[in-house]
Order: sequence, then structure tokens, then C-alpha cells
Amino acid sequence: NRASESDSLVSLGSFLIARCTLRTQGGTKMETVRSQRKSAQNDVVSTLPLYRSAPVLEVRLEDFELFAIDRLRVLKGISDGLSRGKKPEEMEKLAMDLWKTNMRHPQASNVVNKDIISHFVLRLLYCRTEELRKWFLSMETALFRYRFRHESLESQRALMAEFELPYKAVGNAEFESLRDKLQVSRSNAQPLSTADAIFYKVPFEEVPELVAGRRVFLQKGLAYIASNQVVSLVGTQFRSHLSKALILTNRKWTSTVREQEKDRLTPIVEALCSSYLGPDYSQPKGFAEVSVKDIDELAKSSFPLCMCHLFGKLREDHHLKHGGRMQLGLFLKGVGLKLDDAITFWKAEFSRKVGAERFDKEYAYSIRHNYGREGKRTDYTPYSCQKIILSTPGVGDHHGCPYRHFSEENLRAALSKMGVNSRAVEDVMDKVRNKHYQVSDYHLYIKMLSVSMHLDI
Amino acid sequence: MKNREIENGRDEMVIDGGNAVPEGLNLNYFKVYYGKLFPHADIQKWMSYGNDGKHPGCDHTYFGRREFSFTLENDIYLRFQSFNSASELENSIKEKCPVKIDIGPVYSVDPAKRHAYAQTGDNVFTPVERELVFDIDMTDYDDVRYCCSGADVCLDCWPLMTIAIKIIDTALRDDFGFNHILWVYSGRRGVHCWVCDARARRLTNEQRAAIADYFRVYKGNENNHKKVSLTGHVLHPFLVRSYNEVLKNYFEMKLLPTQKLFSTEERYEKILEMIPDESVISELRGKWQDNKRSSKEDINIVRWEQLKHMLQSGNKKVQGLRRCVEEIVFSFTYPRLDMEVSKHMNHLLKAPFCVHPKTGRVCVPIDPNKCEEFDPTTVPTLSKLLEELNMGGVRQEVEDGEWDGTSLGNSIRFFRSSFLQPLLKSCKEEIESSYNTKLQRSKNTLSW
Repeated sequence: NRASESDSLVSLGSFLIARCTLRTQGGTKMETVRSQRKSAQNDVVSTLPLYRSAPVLEVRLEDFELFAIDRLRVLKGISDGLSRGKKPEEMEKLAMDLWKTNMRHPQASNVVNKDIISHFVLRLLYCRTEELRKWFLSMETALFRYRFRHESLESQRALMAEFELPYKAVGNAEFESLRDKLQVSRSNAQPLSTADAIFYKVPFEEVPELVAGRRVFLQKGLAYIASNQVVSLVGTQFRSHLSKALILTNRKWTSTVREQEKDRLTPIVEALCSSYLGPDYSQPKGFAEVSVKDIDELAKSSFPLCMCHLFGKLREDHHLKHGGRMQLGLFLKGVGLKLDDAITFWKAEFSRKVGAERFDKEYAYSIRHNYGREGKRTDYTPYSCQKIILSTPGVGDHHGCPYRHFSEENLRAALSKMGVNSRAVEDVMDKVRNKHYQVSDYHLYIKMLSVSMHLDI
Repeated sequence: MKNREIENGRDEMVIDGGNAVPEGLNLNYFKVYYGKLFPHADIQKWMSYGNDGKHPGCDHTYFGRREFSFTLENDIYLRFQSFNSASELENSIKEKCPVKIDIGPVYSVDPAKRHAYAQTGDNVFTPVERELVFDIDMTDYDDVRYCCSGADVCLDCWPLMTIAIKIIDTALRDDFGFNHILWVYSGRRGVHCWVCDARARRLTNEQRAAIADYFRVYKGNENNHKKVSLTGHVLHPFLVRSYNEVLKNYFEMKLLPTQKLFSTEERYEKILEMIPDESVISELRGKWQDNKRSSKEDINIVRWEQLKHMLQSGNKKVQGLRRCVEEIVFSFTYPRLDMEVSKHMNHLLKAPFCVHPKTGRVCVPIDPNKCEEFDPTTVPTLSKLLEELNMGGVRQEVEDGEWDGTSLGNSIRFFRSSFLQPLLKSCKEEIESSYNTKLQRSKNTLSW
């Protein structure tokens, strides 16, 4: 029964790298791939793969599917944790727990294979649209970073070597001369000791997040990163490799694999997608419609605080700055306000301040743009809580997350204006002090028994 | 960006001298300006970045993929204009006579032909290069200046812009290693900055955002008192340098007395709000409320010294108050960037040497090394320039315009000698060296 046997084996490498030969001989054994690596000096072993190229490896069809589902559970768990606003330490623990629970394999020797196979199978699933690629890229990079931080210093160094980055450690003399300035890279108040201080000089472009947070010293375009910050550098590398690879996989999938595999893999991939990728909000289906006349009522009963606040300000000032227009506008779109109604709604307010003519000339465009009718014609989705929490409102701005961006007294005022009773307000303030911005919003809504629709966005 | 510009643009012009040629939007003046004064060729050379066809390694399509956009007299907005040569650019400007010219990114394909690529779905039409730009606008400082508000600027608040130029310029050079930086007066109430190094032009949006965030200290919004928060166990070297070399002095020597930051109850209460310690606040308030104007010293300086003494004297050195003095100084002086302009490649920014349609002032370059000497109230206006042209009579014409004898002359000479020439020199070197590398590589493959 050679034919069916070979049908149930998938040669991973053939889909994911340029090699195209599908193995025809019935291989009943799985080849194991040794991904463990040893550094030259001491035998450091790391089991964290970089997924640089798909292994020549055969997989049983059922594993193809099962492994992918297990990995998806991990990525989904991370995604949920992040959107709940968990702190970095909590996230790291969560990710490692998810990994241990889901990525086991009865045979110890196959743990690494499961890791690699599941990763490459998910690439097939998630290569197909920009939205999917973006999500997968973020989650895999996050996962990689948590796992990297979990490795010992020696194996981190070995992994770094594997990226073949041309960066050298800062020498002793230079270190001494910059000692004070390098303090900024430390995560705690401990002064730098020469012994544990290994710094690398890298182009600042490679560590954007460290630059953004002013967590590195910069000189003439070079960022001085401490050994505990290396994760940021390899994270960026990992991300950019994977990003390019996903584009290639997509090309290969649409040009050949989907057709070649239409009886075997394609149905599995498509089934996996529909059952595990969650609802697709980019397609306008199943939404209740909201009309202009309902908005006031809805705002009172069901809007989350940030939208309520923006809405109130819009009614008050007949104007919102760009950030506010985007946050509220896309939210209204998300809850089902049609384009024509959106124009009517915004025009009614803005024309009282700037006149109808200026509204048509200067503001209507960006509303149509949000609905994908202008410019690059992307159908924009509402901002996530994460995005709103991380936004940075400036002078004259009213957008952002009230729980994060308001002073305590303004937040209290805003909450009581919504009719929240004082005990609930105190509850919320507690949460806020602990930086659980999103949870505080959620809690409040449960208490008020109203719709927390923004949580699904 | 356009919305911003217009949102803030409703106020009347302010800085304006009395001139014989009347100010305002007179298209005939613009026509003369574009005909005789505007440095078309310099702008084209700049935007070509050395790709002038003289070297075999040049990219002939480069300049033609740049987006220009024109705002015409009646708010007609022409986006995605592109040109294949200096003369095409010049002719179009002269013909359309825009009251404002904006410069956008270099796209992957000629922006005028973008529709041909729209259907392919693969997003072929996408920005690939763009200067790193910054936009600093005086309206964002309204809560810390008492001399004017909105679109008004005067010599009492202009130092805020001087501070911004000094701080951002130093950091772009020393921290980020950029060399080719152009500062431009925006024509009314702010400044623009163009970072033109090849490395800067190729930054991704994420990297641009990271730089903008590096500069962001001000976190104030309408719903929070505390505008600045200096966290972390050590202050970043960039902030330490900014504070010691620029902010502290400007605050104490300039803004404190000229803006009279402590002169009334309302003003000092705003500063007291930034101190997180009730006992310190009430002690200071007590001193200030029944203040008899006894000493001849400036009351603002006296009160500031008292506040500093309270916060920095040994016994009050509590953790939370550690950086309070610095936070106050940062709140009143530190640059406030329009973040969105810097974060994305496809933001448009007004071209240098445009004439601001409301003030009539030319967007002239500012020398960052002498930025404290820059005076927005003496920047040449369109009407002044035209008068100078009229008076000039028989003056020797330079080959590319008649600006030489006008008050625009120094600005154009500065633009060329301090910015354009060094920039083009390094562009040519880069084209040469990447061409050689390519040659070398193809030789190597041949020998295989």
C-alpha cells in the first residue's frame, strides 16, 4: 500500500523553501532534526530554533494538523494576554506555561521537531493575507523573545552568534570612559560593575524599541546595548527574517502549492483557518447596523469610557483633533455606522464649528479614507484597546485611554458623570493604580451591566 | 497634515511689518516670485540626491518618483505631482502658481502613474524613501507662554523654538550620527527640520517612530496636570545634556523673566500643581500670597529660587521630589514635536522657500549654529522682496534668478554652501562607491 503511505507524509521542506521534490518513497520513520547547537568553547546546548530554513523532514498528515493546533493555542494565549494588558513579567510566565502545556511530545527526541514543524505549518496558514501575516509575525516574535530570555546567558550568546551579527563587544577602555552614560541600560538601580558589563555597539536602527524608550546610550548612530538587552536585537532580526520568509511562502503558496496540493494539504489548511483563526472582522458581516439617531442613546448606555468621553467632547466643542477623530470614527464604523451615516454624523457637528464647506473640503476625505474609499483603499478596523492604551495624546487631544491618560481627579469626574457609583469608582481606581487599564474598563462594564463591545474589537 | 495646517490656520497673520507693497494673497506677486526669485534648480538638485545622470551609477528615475503637491489659490489641492527634470518642475510651478508647495516621499513608481498599479493588488505603489522630518509648532506651547497664543509669535516666545532647534539638532548629530540637516522657518509660528542623510531617508516607519519617541518627554494632554514625567533610575544622557547645556539656562535667563512665570497667583499655582507634596506646596503658597514687593529683584526669579531651595534642600530630598525641579524646567522649555509628522514616510511637508500665504514670509533656512540670532519678525516678506526688485534697477543678474541683491540672497547662499553642496558631495561619493561595489561583484561572478 505504498501510495497511501506516501500520501500521508508531507515533506515540509518542499513547500517552504525553494526545493520542490516531493518524496515519493514511503518513509515510515520521521527523520529527526538536530537543532541543538554547540558553541565552540563550551558545550552549550540550546533548543530554541531560529527557523531559518524548513528542514528536510517528513511529517504524518495528522501531526501536520495536530502540531499546528497546539502551537496556535500558545500564540492565541499570548495574544489574549497582551490584549488584556498583562505586564511583561506576567507575560513571560504565561508564555512559558503555555509552551510547556501545549508543546510537549511523548518522545523527548521529537520535541524539537514538533516545534519546527508546527512553526512551518502555521507559516502556510498565516502567509495568505497581510492581516494574518502581521498577527503571526507579532506573536511568533513575542514567543521567540520570551523563550530567548529564558535561555542561559551562554546559550543566548550562542544564539546570537548563529544570527551572524557582525557586532563586537565594547572594549574595557571604552567601557570605562562611558561607564556613567551606560548606566541607562541597566534595568535596576545597581551600579554597573566591570565584571558583568558586556556591551555591544549596534546601529540604532536595529533596536528601535530601546531607542524609543531611551533605554540605551546613543553615540554617532550607534546604540550601546547591554547583554540583558540583546533580546531586543535578536528579536528585531528574528522578526525581519520571518517577515521576508512569509512573503516568499505566500508567493509559493499562491503560485504552486495550493494547486498542487488541492486534494491533500489545501483542504487541511483551509479547514484549520476557518476553525482556529477566529472571526474575521475585516469583512463586514453579521454586524448590527447603527443609525445616526441611535448614537446618542448608545453612547449613554453602551460606549466604553474613552468613546463616551470623545463623544461628549465632540458634542461640546463640535470638533476633535485627528487622534480623536480616528479613535471615535473607527469605533463607530466598527459598531455598524455606515459611511453615509458617518458623514452625516460628523458633518452635523463639525459644520457648527468650521462650516459645511470646510467640512466637505478638509474632513470628509479622511472619513471616506477610513471606510476604504480613498487613498490606498484599505478597509480600516477599529483601534484595539492595546493601541489606545499605548497612544500618546498631546495638547488639545482627547483620545487615548482615560484609565491611563487621565489624572486621577479627571478620571473620577468622568466616571461619575457616567453615573458610576462611588464604590465602583474606588474599585476602578485600585485597578488603575496597578496599571490594569483594560481590566478596569471591563470590570466597570460588568458592574454596569452594559455591553462591553469594545472588548471584542 | 493638511487638516492640521488648516485647523490651526484660521487665525489672522500676526508678524507683519508695514510695507508699501500690500501683503496678502496676490497671485501676481507669487508669479513674480516664482519667475525671478524661487530657487527651482536648487530644490531639484537637492531632491535628486546626486542622481543627475552624470555618473553611470545614477538612478535616472529617482527624482521622477518624488511626490510634490500644490495648493492652488482657491484651496484646490493637487497631490501626486511628479516631474522628470528641473525645467519640468520649474515650468509647472510657474504655470500653476501654487500658494503652497509640499514635498512628499519618493515612491516605488512614478506617483503620477500610480493608478496603473492600483489594480495589481500587490501594493506596488508604496513610499520607499523620505527625509526624516520634524515639525515644531508654537501653538503646541500655548499652556507655557503668556505673551501670545495660537498663531501669534513674538520675540518673547520665539526662544522656545531656538531651544527646540538646539536640542534636536545636537541630538540628531551627536546621538544619531546624522550630518545633513536643514532647519527651515515655517513662515509663521514654527520650524521644520529635514534630515537628509541616506541613512535617514531609508528609515522604516518603525524606526522613525522610535526616534520621535526618543525625543518625546512631554506627555501632557488636556486631561492631566503633569505634563512631563522623568522616570527611570537615571536620567538619560541625552536629557542630562539637554538640561545642562540648554534648558536650564534658557529657563532661568530667558523664559522665567520674560514670560513672568511666577507673577500671578494663577501662574504660580500652575507650577505648584506639579509638586507632589502638599506640605511643600502650602509653605511656598504661604510665602507668596502675602508677598510685599520689597526687593528690587524680579519677583519671578525670587520665587523660583525659593522653590528650588525648598525642593533641593537636604531635609526635603524625598524620592518623589528628586526630579521635581527638572520636571518643571522641562515642562516649560523642552521641545514639543508634532509626532505624527515624523513617524510616517508619507507625510507631506511644506517646501523651503515657499511663501506663507497668510504672512507673506518666505520659509527661509535657519542656521542651527546661530539659531539664537534668528528673528522671525525680520524674515523677508514677498512684498518686501518685490520692492527690492523694483528698486534694484540695473543690477547684474545672476544666471539663475535675481535674488542676489535682495534680502533673500543670504538665505539662498546659506542653503547652498552649508547644506546643498556638502550633501551632494556625499551623495556622489556614495553613488560612486556603491557603483564600484556592484562592478566588483559582477566581475567576480564573471570570473566564475
